[in-house]
Formats: sequence, structure tokens, C-alpha cells
Amino acid sequence: MNFTPEEQALRAGECGPAAQWAIEHQIKVGDYLGARDFVPVTQAHIMADTESLGEAGVKWLEGLARLPAHERRVRIPTITDPRGTDFAAAHRLKQQPWMLELERRAIAALEALGVLMTNTCINYQTIMAPLAGEHVAYGDTGVVIYCNSVCGARSNFEGGPSALAAALTARTPRYGYHLDERRRATLLIEVGFAPRELDEWGALGALVGRLAGDYWQVPALVGIQRAPASDEIKHFGAALASYGSVALFHIAGITPEARRLDDVLPAGASVPSHEIGAADIRAFAASYARAIDSVDVVVFSAPQLSLIEMAQVAGLIEGRQARIPLLVVTSPQVKGDADRMGLTARIEAAGGIVLSGMCFYQSYARELAEANGWRRLATNSAKLVNIIGGYGYRPVLMSMPACIDAACDGGRIAR
Amino acid sequence: MSGETFFAKAGMGAKVHGAALVAKDGFSARYDLDRMRGVFSRADHKLAGESYVGRVLVLDAAKGGVATAWMLHEMRGRGVIPAALVLNAVNPIMVQGAALADFTMLSGFDLDITQAIANGAMVEVDPTASRPFIRVL
Repeated sequence: MNFTPEEQALRAGECGPAAQWAIEHQIKVGDYLGARDFVPVTQAHIMADTESLGEAGVKWLEGLARLPAHERRVRIPTITDPRGTDFAAAHRLKQQPWMLELERRAIAALEALGVLMTNTCINYQTIMAPLAGEHVAYGDTGVVIYCNSVCGARSNFEGGPSALAAALTARTPRYGYHLDERRRATLLIEVGFAPRELDEWGALGALVGRLAGDYWQVPALVGIQRAPASDEIKHFGAALASYGSVALFHIAGITPEARRLDDVLPAGASVPSHEIGAADIRAFAASYARAIDSVDVVVFSAPQLSLIEMAQVAGLIEGRQARIPLLVVTSPQVKGDADRMGLTARIEAAGGIVLSGMCFYQSYARELAEANGWRRLATNSAKLVNIIGGYGYRPVLMSMPACIDAACDGGRIAR
Repeated sequence: MSGETFFAKAGMGAKVHGAALVAKDGFSARYDLDRMRGVFSRADHKLAGESYVGRVLVLDAAKGGVATAWMLHEMRGRGVIPAALVLNAVNPIMVQGAALADFTMLSGFDLDITQAIANGAMVEVDPTASRPFIRVL
């Protein structure tokens, strides 16, 4: 890689050991992935829940936090992905004291580095969406794919250590989706319908993700019959990133880099092509629902719910009562509004539990299952369905109304 | 097969050897593993129930989210970790995680590496060579 004088100074330790570690880490990554130089970034978003960090990761962060203040501070606005708990509700989830203590230590360390504890995976809906062409270093695959595809920003998947490194150096290796040539479509998906419910948008993302198969594929969709709303494309993108490890998609006529298909797929270019129909969406959901006629818990999470989704949940459960645990997970920013507007009170009056600043699967999901006796889980998040099986759950993908019906009917799934 | 060598486009970490655990399936520390027990836990993963501790994992592609970037470091901290990861296709998260954890990894081959290495074969992985490689012993 080529280095500027400022980068040489970072390497020489002139800005302290944290920045020195950061740039050496970035060089290892950049060398592996073929970067020729660095690109300045304007924001970083760090995934650093303690279920991922473990004791080793928290100790490592604490080591950085013990450096003198002028040697440990991030150099650009740096925010966080959801944490592993909502301290105000941890007892309702039967989380253990050691989990909370580890969270407190991680938060203290991150705050000492100058990180803003936003604790959200929907920062593009609530904090500060990036602009088209803006180079950023975002963690959380759902954040990256939304900001790349819908906002036209430029980021790779930056895991916690690399997002923190970018925050400490204000730059990232220039590879992948920072480069024009990587942003062209590599496969074409013809979709002859428009999904209706959020779970259907997620299912479409999942199917495209399975077809794409790896990080370096950029699907371009044609034939979507209407422009999706932000929450719809949020679920689509989150599932696409989860099932396919995909970081960028285009929808012809809708997303900003593909006003016309030719913009991302030049005429005459040959790429693999696939069709997805409404029947494929139904078959996808059915593949999870087989042999499950009731669930133990209903979870709305992954991504965190927007204010609009919170209002939808409150409206659907109005005048009813959840008979099994119904978890509704949102960001701290939305929670404040939901409290003020009475949405939280309406959901909790109907037996729901509103959780803030966490994400279900990042919150010791295996231990939650054991402590609460949860095994079968219903959700409208295709992303959560994909992840949660690894934690021992049997998930079912259903619409938001169907999930609430199940919660109010003691977990029974209507056929 | 003994002595056959397959060169990778990129590698990092130290030279290791061990028994290969091979499948035409993906890899994500969050999605696929019970990291406490050291086994593949996702029910529909082709290695479900298999222990990965000390094995050279030979798999298709890096999958899933960003958590693996921390989790390899966490697994290293407890000593419940594979010996190496050998993939047809890598994503940045796996590279970032391997860089933090000083973990051995190879990726990018001229053939499908999951078809080239037999499950259970003893292999040597050398990312320090001028052309990083995996060799069947």
C-alpha cells in the first residue's frame, strides 16, 4: 500500500499506540484484500456487543481506554450498534449479573475512547444518514447494505475492530465498495411482483442472498412494481446481507446508482440471471414453518423497529392481550419518541415488553432460551430467522399481524 | 492425494498443520457455531454437531454478519478455536477478525478447495510462503 506522510506518522507511533495499532491492523486487512491506499472516512459505526467481545475483547478495549486521553480518542464521529442488554429490562429477560457487568465495562471503555453510545442498527433512520458518495466505516451488515444501496454511500462491512481502527485513524483501506468498479451489478434478478408485508420483503432479500452467495456479488433487481418504504427496504437489505453476506444491491429505477439498469449493468454485459416470484416467497416462509404449530416467544427485532413499526405494533395489539412473551426491540432514539407518544405504554398494557438499545440475537440469545424456556420463536424478521437457528431456536417467519395473533393466542399459529 | 499442494491468492497468520474438516458450506462464527462447546450448532449446516477445535476448516465462503471480527479473538482467548480457516471466498469481516486474532487463514483458489481436500486428511497450511498454500500430508 502507498502511504501519505500522515499515515507514515501514524505508523511511527507519533499519534500514540492506539492509532499505531489501528493503522497496522488496517494495513494487514488492506494488503490481504488488495487495497492500494487509504480513503478518508467521515463516520464510523462500531458493533461491539459483549456476547461477541467476550472477556478477551472487553479486556482489549480496556487496554486502549487506559491510554492517556490525547492518545486514545477517536478522530471522527463514532457511534455504536446495539448492545447486549437493556439495563432497564434485563431482569425481565432473566439476564445474569455477569452479562450486565461485562456490558458496563465495555461501555465505560468505549466512552473513554470518545465513542457515542447510540446503540442502534437503524442509524440511517434515526441519527445521520450518509450522503451519496460519502465514504464511511460502518459495522452491522444491515447498516452497510442500506447506506451503500439506498443512500449511495461507500462502505465495506467493517467489523468492530476495523470500525474502531477507522475511527482512530479517520481512514480505511480503499478496497471493495469504496471503488467504482466493485459497485457494478454482477447478477440480475427479475422480480415480477411487489412484496406486501415486511416479512415478505425480508424473504425476497433472503432468496436473493442465497442466489448471490458471497460478499463480492452485487445483485440488480428489475420488475419491482412499486418503490418500497424505508422499513420495507430495511428488511429486504438486512436479510440480503444476512443470507448472502451481500453489501450492495441495486433496484432499477429506485436506488440512486441505478436510475436505469444500464447505469450499473452496461448494455451487452453478460451476468447470471434469475427469476423470483411470489410463490418462491411463500415457499421460503413455509420451509421454516413446517412441523411447528405453536411458539414460545414472539420477537420483533433485527433490525430495531422504527417509530412507524412501533406504531404498527401498538395499533395491531390494541385491546388485546399477549399470552406468551412478546418482545419489541427498538433504538434508544425511537424509544424516547415511543414513550412520549404513548406507544410504549399501549404495547406494554397489552402484555408486550418494549426493549431499547439492544438486539435480540446480540443479547445472549442462547442463555435467554435456557433461562426462559424459549425454543420455538416467531418473528417477521427474515434476518433473525437466519441467525437464531445457530443459537438453538426453531424459528418461524410470519407477518407482523400473524405474529401478534400468535402472541395473543397463547403461541398457537393459525393455518 | 498425499503431497498435493493448492495455492491460495491470499493468506495471513502462522504456519499450522492439523486434520481437515471439510464441507461445501459457509462459515460464520455467530450463525453457525456454539462457541462455548466448540461445535457447529446450526442445524442445517453440513458440519452440524462436529467439533471444530484444532481442526483446519476447509469451507466454501465467509457468510453472515460482522460479529466474527470479534469472535475469533474471543475464541482465541478461551483456546476453543479452529487451527485455521481455508475458504474459496472470503469477506472483509473474516480478514479483519483473523488480523485481530492472529489467526491462520487462506482464501481464493483456482479450483473448489472443498472438493480438493478430503475430510479428515492431515494438511499443512502455510500463509507465510511467497505463494500461500495448503498441502495434503
